[in-house]
Amino acid sequence: MVSLSNHEVGYANLGTTSSFDRLRTRSTDSQDQNMSFLSDTAISFRREIGPTLRSWYYIIFGLVQPLLYLALFVPLLGAIPGPEGTSPLQWFVPGMVVMLVLFTTVSCGWALTEELMSGSFERFLATPMSRPAIMVGRALKELAPLLVQALILIVVATPFGLVLHPLHMLLGLAMLMLFGVGVASLSYALAIASKHDGSLFYLVSHSVALPMMLLGGVLLPMTNAPAWLYIASRFNPLTYLVEAERALFMGEIFVMPVLYGALVAVVVAVAGLAVGVSQVRKASL
Amino acid sequence: MIHARDLTRTFKTKAGPVEAVRGLSLDVAEGELVAFLGPNGAGKSTSVRMLTTLLPLTSGSASVSGHDVVADPAGVRRQIGYVGQGTGSGPYHRVRDELVTQGKAQRMTASAARKRADDLLGMLELDGLADRPCASLSGGQKRRLDVALGLMHTPPILFLDEPSTGLDPHSRANLWDHITSLRKASGMTIFLTTHYLDEADTMAERVMVMDNGIMIADDTPARLKADLAGDTIHVSVLCEDQSGNAAEIAQNLPDARETRVDGRDVAVTLRDGEAVLPEFIRRLHQSGIEAISARVVRPTLDDVFLGLTGRSLREAAA
Repeated sequence: MVSLSNHEVGYANLGTTSSFDRLRTRSTDSQDQNMSFLSDTAISFRREIGPTLRSWYYIIFGLVQPLLYLALFVPLLGAIPGPEGTSPLQWFVPGMVVMLVLFTTVSCGWALTEELMSGSFERFLATPMSRPAIMVGRALKELAPLLVQALILIVVATPFGLVLHPLHMLLGLAMLMLFGVGVASLSYALAIASKHDGSLFYLVSHSVALPMMLLGGVLLPMTNAPAWLYIASRFNPLTYLVEAERALFMGEIFVMPVLYGALVAVVVAVAGLAVGVSQVRKASL
Repeated sequence: MIHARDLTRTFKTKAGPVEAVRGLSLDVAEGELVAFLGPNGAGKSTSVRMLTTLLPLTSGSASVSGHDVVADPAGVRRQIGYVGQGTGSGPYHRVRDELVTQGKAQRMTASAARKRADDLLGMLELDGLADRPCASLSGGQKRRLDVALGLMHTPPILFLDEPSTGLDPHSRANLWDHITSLRKASGMTIFLTTHYLDEADTMAERVMVMDNGIMIADDTPARLKADLAGDTIHVSVLCEDQSGNAAEIAQNLPDARETRVDGRDVAVTLRDGEAVLPEFIRRLHQSGIEAISARVVRPTLDDVFLGLTGRSLREAAA
């Protein structure tokens, strides 16, 4: 009996140690994975941003673009009163930033079709790089110039009446970046699913993005819409993001629209990455 | 180094499922240079893409350098260099940047990657191109850069999928000079696919012939040719009415497989033509048949493929 119970104790000990060890290895594994996710994202980002930073015409055009928006569109806003007696810019600028992010990230799969066909995307898939990191790095490359453009837009709009709420606005931009990573991943997934067919990709991505933008009240307020259009807009995730951005640009933070917007950004980012990665796994490139 | 058991891969297409690979088993030892030879669509690339973790298996199992391709794909990817059919470098990126990025992707430190990049640029005659955008390289240079990218982390195994397709003969020869000298220096295992007969014949130490998703032969080029095709002795006799008798004598030669008569020309296929030819002529002479010319034609791997499938690889590849 005694020997049996010893035996049992021995096993029990063995059991605890080994499961503890397993737990420990697993946690260091996931730590390694987190580390490599971050460094792989950086590797992917740096590769993609290189040619962009070397092309001066891209940089000039990128800097001029937000100024064009302001110069050619803002004079039209003169007659429209802003919310709560503020400048219409307070309402218009966040919408414009959302539009910039949506359209750039929706189309960024286009750049991937070229690499899908040539074989340079496959080259990275044959390395130990984390697949989500490859996507996030690419998405961030598209988002980094947008961030700069958005900041320029905000700074330049200030003398024309935009009231600055720096922390709120930065939080708003961070939220948009998160949303952008998700949309970009979906765009990459679409690029893979459309089997290298560039025109199919263009057709699908824009027939999704355009109604999303119009239904999101990006350019004109949905409150003036007929009932059916207003109801439809409530089913558009972009609506909530736009409302969150507008609240943040007004300097509000602990309000429901901001919470809803943040939720939409997180859900789009997680779902987008999941779809993107599974599409890469399934792809027979 | 590479082991595969009953690999299959089925693709779903609109016309129904297509079995691209149907039960492939193979073993490649350390340091071997093995070629997959077969026509386009034989399943060569699909097999390589499964072994390199780029394509999920439909069934079967495989391990590369001790890592299971399904359970530990990242482990496999660390051990292999992969040069795919396409162009690995991005057109807008600079040559050295791409190499350094590749090194970092393979877990090298930045400084080690930079040093290795410069070494490889020199070894593959790409020096002077380091700061050029990859799009400005010639076809042969791009392909050498692809090989350099695959070799950045000094992998023990290099996969080359159709490495020389689309290159002019000079660039092909040049690429192979580089690959063979790099291999001599490192002793790495090389697994390549090709539909060029001469490439498989002269470069590979072992050829696996694939057709229709299965491997139909696996041996050294020399043994494949001797066993599956054999030499052909062509003898012309003085008078056409003697060729029937000559063919009968040919048929009785050791190892004779097939005899054909065409006018005064008698051809016999057998294992070792050069060794049998004197005996053949002697026997003809004894029967009073005068041979006026004789030659031995060595087989090509195309003859091997023809013998195995009844089709010529040249036609199948075209």
